[in-house]
Amino acid sequence: MIDSVIQVRGLNVTYGDGSAVRDVSVDIPARQITAIIGPSGCGKTTLLRSMSRLLDLVEGVRVEGQVLFHGQNIYDPRVDVTEIRKRLGLLAQQPFPLPMSIYDNVAYGPRVHGLRERKALEALVEKELRAAGLWEEVKERLRAPASALSIGQQQRLCLARGLAVEPEVLLCDEATSALDPISARCIEDRLLALKMEYSIVLVTHVLRQARRLADYVIFMYMGELVEHGPAGQVFADPREERTRAYLAGEFY
Amino acid sequence: MSTSVGKHLEERIMLGLMIVSTVLVVGSLLLILATVVVKGAPALNLAMLTQVPRGGYYLGKEGGILNAIAGSLALAGGATVLSFLLGLGVALYLQLFVRQGSRFAHLVRLSLDVLWGVPSIVYGAFGFTLLLMLKMRASLLGGIIALALLELPVMVRGMEEVMEMVPFGLKEASYALGATRLETALRVFVRQAAPGIVTVMLLAFGRGIGDAASVLFTAGYTDRMPNSLLRPVASLPLAVFFQLGTPLPEVQQRAYAAALVLVVIVLGISLLTRLLVRRLSRYVVR
Repeated sequence: MIDSVIQVRGLNVTYGDGSAVRDVSVDIPARQITAIIGPSGCGKTTLLRSMSRLLDLVEGVRVEGQVLFHGQNIYDPRVDVTEIRKRLGLLAQQPFPLPMSIYDNVAYGPRVHGLRERKALEALVEKELRAAGLWEEVKERLRAPASALSIGQQQRLCLARGLAVEPEVLLCDEATSALDPISARCIEDRLLALKMEYSIVLVTHVLRQARRLADYVIFMYMGELVEHGPAGQVFADPREERTRAYLAGEFY
Repeated sequence: MSTSVGKHLEERIMLGLMIVSTVLVVGSLLLILATVVVKGAPALNLAMLTQVPRGGYYLGKEGGILNAIAGSLALAGGATVLSFLLGLGVALYLQLFVRQGSRFAHLVRLSLDVLWGVPSIVYGAFGFTLLLMLKMRASLLGGIIALALLELPVMVRGMEEVMEMVPFGLKEASYALGATRLETALRVFVRQAAPGIVTVMLLAFGRGIGDAASVLFTAGYTDRMPNSLLRPVASLPLAVFFQLGTPLPEVQQRAYAAALVLVVIVLGISLLTRLLVRRLSRYVVR
């Protein structure tokens, strides 16, 4: 039995006009890369965002069921949402640097959580920029606006910013799809390096990317979880006909 | 073939109408400016800008309108600061804390839109009643409050428009790091919207400094420099009004000079705002 960090139990998500995720139960393994794959509109992103209560930001959304993080249901009303979000980081599809300098972007999270000491902040910023593979490119211009970076650099900055609050899980929502191939590869390499310390869940449209990165695969179709299992098994010998058809490229 | 000709003709006619409208708008603005400059510039001199009215000033004798210049800056400046502080709270509340599309938010916006259209003399009358109730007299403070009320609708609705433009992804990025709504509002939202907010402040300031009716009863008028929040102050719009109302041509000319000073102040503040907006735009994410 593998060690799991998140357990989804009977999750149902409905938006105002219809259901997006129906009765999903799955365990997310710790310190591995889990890829959620499936055609557009199958509920991948909804499932991912449900894991750190980012769905709360959407108007008219209803969530039923449980998402257990270390055994605690994150939808329990007594839970501190900011604490949950701090421990489950997000890397979005589009990089959104905050309207401040490169340095302040990385320092934003730690400052919000109470770190004030300058020396500690500086050390942390350097450490996370290194971890995101951006340090060498920006060390001379930490005070420059983050918006001046290229889009690939911005995504690595967002990665560093996310790492700076020391999450346990990284949720990546098609984090490379807006990037050029070289930047995308760079992010992939980072994720592979980071899985030693973090549990990573990524949503991807690109099957080849899932094959390159994933240790564990979840296949979603029309809001339902069709199949999940170790990547090798799902890719080589899927149990379900729908998974087989999707992997064979019969629908997108 | 014929429909294509028709379409081209239509486009030409519409384009012509647009150009005519633009010329009319810009032309009338230039005409106003020209009138003020031509009639006011000859009366403008250093004494006017550096002295307060002496005895007999309104009969054409010596003195200046420094009292009105200082009074107007104090009134509009104070009102802009006050309405900014109140307005920022309302705008952030509506944008981040109230459920979008809620009845309450709708009601607040509707009342602000109605207030936007209320004639400024009504604000003056309301302010006057308020002063009487508080047993105060016309004063700088009274004028600031009346002008702040006048500026508030511009301030809130303007800031809301600017904040609407903040991308959802930016909000989400801040929340995803575990920031609270307040932290997101003050550290991310306001910074991203800062250039727009400054422009909105300029609009509100312009509305405030140019208004005569709301300060007529609330701020009063005096020949002295502003020296206390609780004493009356002069203002440029009223200086124009009073001087224009005299039968003496040289005093009327001074009214135009005062109007010119008002225009120059607004122009100066606009240029300053431009500079500030450019600086603030440095960090804005597009």
